[in-house]
Amino acid sequence: MSKIILPELGEGISKATIACWHAKIGEDVVAGQEICEAVTDKASFVIEAPATGKLKSINVQEGQEGLVGGILGIIE
Amino acid sequence: MKPNIKVEDWGLINYIEGYGRQMKCVERVIQGAQDHLIFCEHPPVLTLGRMTNPQSLLYQRSEIEKRGVMISSVDRGGDVTLHAPGQQIVYPIFNLNNYGKDLKVYMEKLQEVAVDLLRNFDILAISIPGKRGVFVGEDKIISIGVGVRKWVTYHGLGINVNTDLSLFNLIKPCGLDVRMSSMQKLKGHAVPMENVKIKIAEQFQKHFWK
Repeated sequence: MSKIILPELGEGISKATIACWHAKIGEDVVAGQEICEAVTDKASFVIEAPATGKLKSINVQEGQEGLVGGILGIIE
Repeated sequence: MKPNIKVEDWGLINYIEGYGRQMKCVERVIQGAQDHLIFCEHPPVLTLGRMTNPQSLLYQRSEIEKRGVMISSVDRGGDVTLHAPGQQIVYPIFNLNNYGKDLKVYMEKLQEVAVDLLRNFDILAISIPGKRGVFVGEDKIISIGVGVRKWVTYHGLGINVNTDLSLFNLIKPCGLDVRMSSMQKLKGHAVPMENVKIKIAEQFQKHFWK
């Protein structure tokens, strides 16, 4: 199991909105592929899959805010 | 200017074609190429950022396109904005791994570049807390929207130099009830674009490459 984490984006940035997911639950994903985009303060940040496997869960839906260091989804 | 920065001027380029070139450039920088600072202008196009509110378009899409303005969804933060000839687009393709990997700092530096650029033309511009972009009084003159992939930046600044401001009546720029301005409007005459580009490069040198 591998967690998709919202990374550190900069000092003072504690959260970001998930603008879109590029994979659906149950889909195969490959390590390094662009899996979702987080938006903060007019900057869009592409997040990559940390591992190869199936996207098991999406913990932060499109339009919702995730916390830096928090789990956005799970790959199994 | 630092020798590891490449400045390119693409002139007037279709937005989609320009986006494709940007992405190729981003890939090269990810692979280790030098940072790029790209200048260009686009034919009239509305770009819809990731956080676009549909109500920011004040006319039906068909009506907008009938006026010769394309519409394109883009992978940058922010709401809708307009690009058109006379607006200087600046795409910094910078590897933030070399600048501290901090989106907030990067965005603030872009703001500083924009404010100082306008000061070069005796235009007193300000940043407004909580609002990205640069304002003169309450009017917005420079828009900022950024994308980042593997800590390499793309998209950037839209500087209204000699833009036809009537085109902004099609939208709520950046989703705000804001009036747009331009350097031409504030100076009372068209401003030579070449002078603006020289000053932009100087400001990037001051804020990023000193």
